[in-house]
Amino acid sequence: MSHDHDHDHSELSDIELRVRALETLLTEKGYVDPPALDELIETYETKIGPKNGARVVAKAWSDPEYHARLMNDATSAIAELGFTGRQGEHMVAVENTPDTHNMVVCTLCSCYPWTVLGLPPVWYKSAPYRSRAVRDPRGVLAEFGVTLPDETDIRVWDSTAEVRYLVIPRRPEGTAGWSEDRLADLVTRNSMIGTALALDPSDLEDAA
Amino acid sequence: MNGAQDLGGQMGFGPIEQEENEPNFHTKWEERAFAVTLAMGATGSWTLDASRFARETLPPADYLSSSYYEIWTMGLEKLIVENGLVSDEELLKGQALTPSKPVRRVMKAEDVAGILAKGGPVDRPEHKPAKFKIGDVIRTKRMHPEHHTRLPRYARDTIGRIEAVHGVHVFPDSNAHGHGEQPTWLYGVVFKGTDIWGPDSDPKLTLRIDLWEPYLDPA
Repeated sequence: MSHDHDHDHSELSDIELRVRALETLLTEKGYVDPPALDELIETYETKIGPKNGARVVAKAWSDPEYHARLMNDATSAIAELGFTGRQGEHMVAVENTPDTHNMVVCTLCSCYPWTVLGLPPVWYKSAPYRSRAVRDPRGVLAEFGVTLPDETDIRVWDSTAEVRYLVIPRRPEGTAGWSEDRLADLVTRNSMIGTALALDPSDLEDAA
Repeated sequence: MNGAQDLGGQMGFGPIEQEENEPNFHTKWEERAFAVTLAMGATGSWTLDASRFARETLPPADYLSSSYYEIWTMGLEKLIVENGLVSDEELLKGQALTPSKPVRRVMKAEDVAGILAKGGPVDRPEHKPAKFKIGDVIRTKRMHPEHHTRLPRYARDTIGRIEAVHGVHVFPDSNAHGHGEQPTWLYGVVFKGTDIWGPDSDPKLTLRIDLWEPYLDPA
């Protein structure tokens, strides 16, 4: 450690020691195997993340039959693409329309559809989001830069059980004939939580 | 329980802090805290509901001033002691002093993909008919149990309507406390914003909450 007197750093080193001691003890007791820990981390760093969800959304935008299967039984439809298991055992897809915007929260902990979105960002697990998403979603959306017409219905899904919700954002204008791969680039993590809209094609050009 | 975790509708937490291109883990210890928590869950020594209860029973001041992986770490420390896997003294010293307790499984690297892909489904066979059907109007119970529950405070004693019947799912209120799964019908219930927050609510707001049958009365 550097001789940094930043308070955050000294707090981090306490927890760092605590976690290290915990892992050492649990390993010594034979309850955990360190290579399995490495493998768990590697999996969520490289294999499971919002790219999975973006593929689901892009396919739903492109393929009406897949869209129908997804809306009818999201767990099976998502499994068709190989995304199954932990924190995605019971999936439901909820679709944004011109009339209704959907947004997902877990007010009681941090429930999140891991199989399609990976691990939740810090803000999703934080008190400001969890407390306010259910009471003032328009205010929350404004903080994320999203302003919806006053007449748009807003539906907030509080993930209180083991059912996990994936928001299907609206397909942006000007994307007719796009391939699924290209469409998937428009589908951000936040758009699948409901705190953003899908990117506009011009956003991709800006980034290029 | 009415712990610090039950955040819906609370006020004063300030703006939502977003981070551009946020990594999964900000530090090495977060990676390890995450993985140790999952690996210990895989030993089958407690349920996911019990681990949620361990976190929500942290003192509110600790819960609200800790990052999420700190909360996980403190929850895990409680679980291993409560379940007799580690003694207080061992935790304090960071050293094994007593023989280990047998566990159902120790996760190996080659098991990880299979265990994650399988997950832990909580739907169970139907053993009695559902009390409610889609369209039924219900009132959530007024209740303040000290045990684990998944009926948030903001949605208690409120009129709602059954919008989905998810099937029979493991009941967290019992499963968190070693009283078995007691599988029970789970419903998707829709509430008007104004029924929950009163006349100040956004008039276009509805809330959808997944609730088990014992939380609901016919209205």
